[in-house]
Amino acid sequence: MSNFDQELDARGLNCPLPILRAKKALNDLTGGQVLRIIATDPGSVKDFQAFAKQTGNELLESGETDGEFTFLIKKAG
Amino acid sequence: MADKKMALIATKGTLDWAYPPFILASTAAALGYDVEIFFTFYGLQLLKKNLNLKVSPLGNPGMPMPMAMDKWFPVLGTALPGMESVMTMMMKQKMKSKGVASVEELRSLSLEAGVRMIGCQMTVDLFDFKPNDFIDGVTFGGASTFMGFAGDSDVSLFV
Repeated sequence: MSNFDQELDARGLNCPLPILRAKKALNDLTGGQVLRIIATDPGSVKDFQAFAKQTGNELLESGETDGEFTFLIKKAG
Repeated sequence: MADKKMALIATKGTLDWAYPPFILASTAAALGYDVEIFFTFYGLQLLKKNLNLKVSPLGNPGMPMPMAMDKWFPVLGTALPGMESVMTMMMKQKMKSKGVASVEELRSLSLEAGVRMIGCQMTVDLFDFKPNDFIDGVTFGGASTFMGFAGDSDVSLFV
């Protein structure tokens, strides 16, 4: 697993909260820093792809282990 | 992305129908959209300081009921006194257990994200609402105010 600068635990949260919390967390980072998000909402897989595409923040990694989804998002510089 | 705009009209004042406008607004704002919601008729209930939103199984055959009641419970039974409160309570519990945000939470997240909320002045007059009934940050206007924003928006929806 790659390095990250901050982690967001969005487990147990449903749409649209993981995205909203991630957006807030990204606001506190500077360009190039990486946010790691852990979520349990299966819809978040597609949602984070769409989020990255529309905001310009790069989705570096997206994975699943035992029903938990992890995402690495690099804040646009 | 910063230039994209979304204009919504929120017309319904029930617990279930409170979700689409606030989910879309808060999410669009997070994606960089400039968002405005025009609340009219029953939609104005969504701007009250004290939200007392209900969901009703009455006349709503699409609503899943606990214990598969929709399969055996007589339709007329959904009109029984107290049914609305019971169903509202159950719906709120279910939402909480599934990690769905409350309407209050989505509303304040929307406001925090810069979503502008416009109350329909005509509806306020019609139902004798008091300015004090509504949360701070709401401005009041009419159809022309809405069109001023919606006219060049990229997404415009009536909920």
